Amino acid sequence: MRFQPIGKTLTCNGIARFTFKGIGLGIARDSSIIRFAPVLSFLILAIFQIIPSQAAIPEDPAFGYPAPPANVVAKDIPNDAGKSIIINWDLSPDDIKENKKFIGYEILRSTSSDTGFVIIGSATAGSSQLSDNETVDGVFYYYIVRAVMGSMFSESPPAGPAASSQQWFHLGRINTLIALLVISISIVWYIERAKKGEKLFIRKIAGLEAVDEAVGRATEMGKKIFYVPGTQDMDNVQTIAGVTILGRVARLTAQYETPLEVPVSRSLVMVTAREVVKEAYLNSGRPDAYSDSMVYYLTDDQFGYAAGIEGLFVREKPATVFYMGAFYAESLILAETGNSVGAIQIAGTAMPAQLPFFIAACDYTLIGEELFAASAYLSKEPKLLGSLKGQDFGKLCILLAIMLGVIIQTSGLYDFTKLFIVR
Amino acid sequence: MRREIPLIITAIVGFTYIIQFFVPHWPFNILEGLLTSWMLIIFAFAIWLGALNLLKVSLDKISKRSRDWPYAIITIAGFLMIAIPGFLFSGGRRFQDPGTAFDYIYQNVYSPLSSTMFAMLAFYVASASYRAFRARTKEATLLLLAAFFVMLGRVPIGDVLSSFLPEGYRMSQMADWIMNYPQTAGQRAIMIGIALGIVSTSLRLILGIERSHLGGE
Amino acid sequence: MFDKLLKIDRRIIFIFVALALIVPMFLTITQHISVSPEVQIIYDTLKGLQPGSKVLMAFDYDPPSAPELQPMAVAILKYCFKNNLKVYIIGLWPQGPMQANMAIDNVISDPTFKDNPPIYDKDYVNLGFMSGNELVIQGMGSSFLHTFPRDYLGKPTHQLEMMKGVNNFSNIDFIVNLSAGYPGTVEWVLFAVDRFHAKLAAGNTAVQAPQVYPYVHAGQLSGLAGGLKGAAELEKLVGFYGKGTKFMLSQSFAHMIVIVFIIVGNAAYFITRKK
Repeated sequence: MRFQPIGKTLTCNGIARFTFKGIGLGIARDSSIIRFAPVLSFLILAIFQIIPSQAAIPEDPAFGYPAPPANVVAKDIPNDAGKSIIINWDLSPDDIKENKKFIGYEILRSTSSDTGFVIIGSATAGSSQLSDNETVDGVFYYYIVRAVMGSMFSESPPAGPAASSQQWFHLGRINTLIALLVISISIVWYIERAKKGEKLFIRKIAGLEAVDEAVGRATEMGKKIFYVPGTQDMDNVQTIAGVTILGRVARLTAQYETPLEVPVSRSLVMVTAREVVKEAYLNSGRPDAYSDSMVYYLTDDQFGYAAGIEGLFVREKPATVFYMGAFYAESLILAETGNSVGAIQIAGTAMPAQLPFFIAACDYTLIGEELFAASAYLSKEPKLLGSLKGQDFGKLCILLAIMLGVIIQTSGLYDFTKLFIVR
Repeated sequence: MRREIPLIITAIVGFTYIIQFFVPHWPFNILEGLLTSWMLIIFAFAIWLGALNLLKVSLDKISKRSRDWPYAIITIAGFLMIAIPGFLFSGGRRFQDPGTAFDYIYQNVYSPLSSTMFAMLAFYVASASYRAFRARTKEATLLLLAAFFVMLGRVPIGDVLSSFLPEGYRMSQMADWIMNYPQTAGQRAIMIGIALGIVSTSLRLILGIERSHLGGE
Repeated sequence: MFDKLLKIDRRIIFIFVALALIVPMFLTITQHISVSPEVQIIYDTLKGLQPGSKVLMAFDYDPPSAPELQPMAVAILKYCFKNNLKVYIIGLWPQGPMQANMAIDNVISDPTFKDNPPIYDKDYVNLGFMSGNELVIQGMGSSFLHTFPRDYLGKPTHQLEMMKGVNNFSNIDFIVNLSAGYPGTVEWVLFAVDRFHAKLAAGNTAVQAPQVYPYVHAGQLSGLAGGLKGAAELEKLVGFYGKGTKFMLSQSFAHMIVIVFIIVGNAAYFITRKK
C-alpha cells in the first residue's frame, strides 16, 4: 500500500515530521508522548501505512486536539521596503469564543518545506494574520500555522514558498499622487498666470483687514503689542505661517514706532522670529529701533508658557495681541486674559479644537486656511495670490468629488470610497 | 547666499519627504527617519539656546532694575531649582526614576502647577461663554441653542430634566446628534480647508516662493 | 442694573463656578449616566476580545489632562486585567508612562484585585516613552523591539516574556490611545490605522474630542470617549466606578451654572436692547 499524503503536518519534539493531508492529529506539547517521539513516529507511520489513502481520521474533541487552521497563504507584503512576508489563514473551527481552552496560533518558518521549522511568532485566538518582518529579501520561506488548545496543538500543511522583496513605487498611494499632482499643477499654473499680470480676486478677510487698525490703536494708546506665534516648533506649518505674518506686523510696528514684544516657547522659533523682525525693521528704515530683546524665550512647557504670558499681559496691559500659529488648551487661557486687560485681539490657527475659544474671546479670528492665506493677503504679491487660487481649485475638485461620491454611493452603483483609501 | 542656502535645503528636504512617501525602496525608506532624527537632535541642542536666553534676559532685568525685575529673580530661582537637582542629585541618566529629587519636584511642584493652569480653563470657559453666547443674530442664536443642548446633554442632569421627552429626543441624545452631524460636518469642512492650506503653503516653501519666514520679502 | 449685569465682573462668575465644582464633591447624589454610542463601541470591542488578547495602551497625556483621562485609563486597565487581556503600555509624551504607572497603582489598590494583582511581564508591560512623535508609531509598524529596545525599567525588551511573538501591530488586537493633543489620536489614526490597519479606540479630553469625531464616522476609530463624561460612561460599562463618575456631579452643577449665566446674560441683553 502506497503512502499518500493527505494534508496535515505532525511534529514531535522537532525530530520527526510527517505530512498527511486531511488528517487532524495533534501532539501534547509537554506530555510524556514527546519523549517517545521517535518510537511513536514509527507506530503512527505504521498505522498510516495500512490506512487506505482516501481515509481521514475525523477530529475527535475527546482527544483535545484542535482542528488545524486551513488555507494558509504566505506572500510578500506589497508596496514595502522588503523584509516582510504576510501570513494569512482561516481560523481553526475550534477557535470560537465559547472555547476557553483555545489559546491561539503559533507561526513556524523554515527555508525548507519539510524540515527546520522554528517558531517566529504567535497570534491570539481570533487572529488570522501575522506579518513576519525578519526575512531576508529573495530567500524563499515556508510557513506552518499551529493551532494551540490547552497543551495540544495541530498544524497546517506548509504554505509557500514566499520571498520578500522591495518595491520602487507604492501602488496603494497612486490616488494621493494624482491628488498631489492636480493640486500642485493647479497652484503652479495659477502662480504663472499671476506672474503674467492677471488680476486675481481675493475675498476680504476681516481679521487681516483689522491688522492696521490694531497696530494703529496700540500706537495711539502708547501701549505694547504682543505677538504670540503658538506653542509648536518650526517644523509646524502653522508656526511658519505665524512667523510669516509676524514679518508684516513688525513692518507696521517699525513704521508706527510701536513697541513690539514676541514671547516664544521654542528656541528655534526665537531665532527665526528675531531674524524676521530684524529684517522688517531694516526694510522699514528703522534698524535702530530693533533690539534682540523684542523676541525672547519663555519656556517649552505648554502651561508654563501660558502662565508666563498671562503674567506679562496683566503687568503690561497691551493694547493689541496677535495669536498666530498652533495652539492647544492654552488658547483660551491666553485669549481670556488678553480680553480681561482690554486688548484688541486677532487670532489665527488651524487647530480646529481651539477655534471656538478664539472666536469666543478674540475680536477677529482667522479660521484654518485663512491663517495660511494671510501672508499672500497682506503682501498682495502675485505669486502668493496665485497659490491661493490654485488652492481654491483643489477645493473645487474636492467639492465635486464629494457630490459625485454622494450620488454614486447612495445609488449603490460603486463603492466610491474605495478610490480614496490610502495604504 | 545667506538666503539661498536655506532655500536649497528646504527644497531638497521637502522633495525628499514627498518622494519617500511614494517610493518604499531603499534608501528612500530610511530617509524620513534619518531626517527626523537630525531634526530632533537640532531641537534638543536648541533648548540650550532658549535656556541661556531666558537666563540672559532675566539677569539683564535684574542688573538694570527694569520694571518688574523681582519676577526675574523668581524665574532664575525656578530654573535653578529644577536644573540643579535634575543634573546633580537625581542619579544621572535615570533622573526620572521614582524617588529621585527630580521626580519629587515633578510630582509635587510641576504637576500641581500645570494642573492648576489647565483647571483655570473651567473658569475661563464660563466667563467666555457668558460674553459670547448672546442671541444677537440668527446664527448666534443657533450657536447658543447648540451650546445649550450640548452642555446639558453632556451631563447626567440633562437627561433628568428631559426625562418627560420620548426616547431619542432626550438631552444626551440631542447632544450626541449635534456632535455627530452638524459638528462633524463643520469639522470636516475646516479640516479639508486646512489640509489644502498646508499643501499650498508647503509647496510655496519648497519652491521658494514664500520666503518671509527667512526674513525675506 | 441690567447694564451692570452685561458687564458683570468675571470674578463673580468664577466664584459661582468654583462653588458649583467644589460643593458637589461633598454630596452623594446618584446620577444616571447614559452611554453614548461612541463609548459603547469601545466597550463592545473590548468585550469581543478573547482572553489572552493583546491590548496596546498609548498614554499620550500629562498631569494637567489627567483628571479627564486617568479615570478612562483606570477603567480600561481594570477591565483588561479582570478579563485576562494582556496590556502593552507606551507613551509618546514623556509623562505618559508615569501616568500609566499611577493608573496601575490605582488598579492594584482596588480590593477586586487584592488576591490577583496584575503582574509585570505577565499581565502588562510598560515600554516607556519614546521621542519621535508619529515616527514612533511608524517604527512600531515595522518592529516593536527596534522601536522600544528597552522597557520602562531599562530591561531589554526582547527579554520580556510578554514580548515574545509581538513584532508589530499585526500582533496587537486592539489599541487604546488616551490623548490630550499632539502627538495623539490624529497621528495614531494616520499611521497605526491607515497605514497598518490596526483597530484603534481613543479617549480624548473634552476640548480635543470634537476634532476626532469625523474619524469615528469614517470607521477609522473603533470608539471615542470624550472628557469626564466619556470616562464616567466607560466606568459604568466596565462596572468599576471611579473618579469619572464621582466628578460628574461637579460637572453637572458647573454646566448648570454656566447655562444660568448665559440665560441671565441674554435676558439682560434683550432688556437693555429694548430700552
